[in-house]
Amino acid sequence: MSERRVISVIVSNEHGVLTRITGLFAARGYNIETLTVAPIPDSKYSRLTIVTSGSPRVIEQIIKQLHKLIPVYKVIEHEELIEKEMVLAKIPLGERLADVEALCKAYNGSIVNVGKDGIIVMVADEPKRVKNFVHALSTFAPKEIIRGGVVAIER
Amino acid sequence: MQQMTGARMVVEAMKRENVEVVFGYPGGAIMNVYDEIYKHRYFQHILTRHEQAAVHAADGYARATGKVGVAFVTSGPGFTNAVTGLATAYMDSIPIVVISGQVPMSMIGTDAFQEIDAVGISRPCTKHNFLVKDVKELPFILKEAFYLAKSGRPGPVHVDIPKDVTAQIGEFDYPQEMRLETYKPTYKGNMRQIKKAVEAIAKAKKPVFYLGGGIVRSGAYELVREFVSFTQIPAVETLMARGVLRYDDPMLLGMVGMHGTYAANMAMSEADLLIALGPRFDDRVTGKLSEFAKYAEIIHVDIDPSSIGKLVHVDYPIVGDLKNVLKEMIPLAKEKVDSARYENWREILKRYQELHPLSYEDSGEVLKPEWVIQRVGEKLKGRARISTDVGQHQMWTAQFYPFTRPEEFITSGGLGTMGFGFPAAMGVKRGVPDEIAINFSGDGSILMNIQELITAVEYRLPVINIVLNNHYLGMVRQWQTFFYDKRYAETDLSMQPDFVKVAESFGGIGYRVETKEEFDRALEEAISKNVVAIIDVIVDRYENVLPMVPAGGSLYNMLLEYKD
Ligand SMILES: Cc1ncc(C[n+]2csc(CCOP(=O)(O)OP(=O)(O)O)c2C)c(N)n1
Ligand SMILES: [Mg+2]
Repeated sequence: MSERRVISVIVSNEHGVLTRITGLFAARGYNIETLTVAPIPDSKYSRLTIVTSGSPRVIEQIIKQLHKLIPVYKVIEHEELIEKEMVLAKIPLGERLADVEALCKAYNGSIVNVGKDGIIVMVADEPKRVKNFVHALSTFAPKEIIRGGVVAIER
Repeated sequence: MQQMTGARMVVEAMKRENVEVVFGYPGGAIMNVYDEIYKHRYFQHILTRHEQAAVHAADGYARATGKVGVAFVTSGPGFTNAVTGLATAYMDSIPIVVISGQVPMSMIGTDAFQEIDAVGISRPCTKHNFLVKDVKELPFILKEAFYLAKSGRPGPVHVDIPKDVTAQIGEFDYPQEMRLETYKPTYKGNMRQIKKAVEAIAKAKKPVFYLGGGIVRSGAYELVREFVSFTQIPAVETLMARGVLRYDDPMLLGMVGMHGTYAANMAMSEADLLIALGPRFDDRVTGKLSEFAKYAEIIHVDIDPSSIGKLVHVDYPIVGDLKNVLKEMIPLAKEKVDSARYENWREILKRYQELHPLSYEDSGEVLKPEWVIQRVGEKLKGRARISTDVGQHQMWTAQFYPFTRPEEFITSGGLGTMGFGFPAAMGVKRGVPDEIAINFSGDGSILMNIQELITAVEYRLPVINIVLNNHYLGMVRQWQTFFYDKRYAETDLSMQPDFVKVAESFGGIGYRVETKEEFDRALEEAISKNVVAIIDVIVDRYENVLPMVPAGGSLYNMLLEYKD
């Protein structure tokens, strides 16, 4: 019965807000799969995008408990959303550059840097596709893969 | 705008908030503030002898008066001592503001002397907390602290102020009003939901009022009494709601839950509708959730949306302040609800009441704790405030004392804090000096804040501590008797101080009593002498609190008696 949910939380930009949110999840045993935070331009608020999972009852509690925190301005439960996640990966120089490039293209990504011991690729796509990309990447023996967490916007 | 130090701002803010008393304990990090207390004398400062007691006293004051209680403590150990007080107030939604000193900003994070991450510790046990980083923020934060403590679902607020911030100079522009964009409690209930709820009541055959502590916090008890009396719907009270209905209200079935009455627990189990007004479905009330009120639809009115549907499915959720919601609900119900409709149901419950009334077996040889509580009730009903510690004596008080109004019973429900009763009673006495302050305590609990005898003597807060002395950590002993085959691990308190001498050595008065006559005499004398007292009442060691729903069991499966 556990379902994956993407929740955006708009909070006041003040010290300690993030601890309040993560503390709430930790204390009540809720799950955080990914978490991204950034200030909202020209405002006194920041936006957190949290990917979590739980039964509908748990999700409902999470949302109510988030609302209850004093610096929380708004909690958005996404229904119709566009989600994107970014991933960076470092691939050894020896690998077939053309194949790597083709793979990145297939996922709307690109090679962003070529250094002396590797190339760095970047892809920003839906979380599911990012997962597929990371899987496909394994044939090139990546040295490092860094995923960024989800950001979402309502359609 | 007036320029002043942060420390001065703190005392000025107390003045603006009409604070008449602060309970506290000084130390290095908060000395600037204490210096201003010395200079201005805007309020009385009561020096407790432990920070935990300061916070409990502020809490007891708040519970008895409905005002915000205030405590000041220093950094490090001063603050950590206060944490149990914050947690106690948090679990019972009590409005208090606790101000702690902190090491100077420049030293934060260096493991300085008496530095502790106070806001890190208080975050999960306060409604909100602040670390004040600049004196410019201080007036707003102080105002916000009081506002948050008492608005919406009340609760403790903690303000941590570094020592250099109390020394900085700034403008004291104290806000008149508070409006926060991110915090807007819902006070008015949704009218559509209210109508639906009233219809559900009108249609029900076996409705029960499930009355909770929210009624006390909202000050809605008169409306509740009205609602109950014209609908003639039977009612149960949680521990926190004792006194919402008068003890002799014919509709009152008694307390519900682990040590609730047979009739109250059966009513919940057989009802087809619960009208839940400000309770929170605590596990000590519901027992096994899957069996709880399993035939009932549920109306739940609460100011905290996260309370609704947290543990059980609610059919008619109404978010709002009980006072507002009931004002809308009652006229509608007067049109729609026919009290005659529930006659059968009342008959059934009356039979349950007669079948297993709350009772105990009195004895000619040894005092029974229940007798003592009833006796105090006979003598002081309606003119005393009753606080308790935690254990068997607390449950017996909840069961047997004849409560006549809310705010009469002061007890730590959610956290169950031993050591709460005496300091809380000092706060109560300070808040309502014209009433008698009784603290029913146990021989275990009373020692957890016994040092406060000196505070009570010094500030003339004549609390009468009635220690129901069973020479045991009685409640734990009872569980050992029932569930651990009488293996009494570390619950025997045969080794005891001489409570009479203890009281006397602090300048109070002590009695040790073993008979009814001795008890009557001691109580009378303690009241007429109007001094701090301990009445050490030697009671039956093996008395048990009954009925009892074993933890995790179903409400309708009560142990009604225990035979050795
Ligand atoms: C601070 C704290 N420690 C431990 C407990 C666990 N506890 C609950 S009741 C109880 C026994 C209390 O003994 P006493 O005060 O003598 O009361 P009695 O049950 O005998 O009436 C204990 C240890 C508690 N509630 N609070
Ligand atoms: Mg005891």
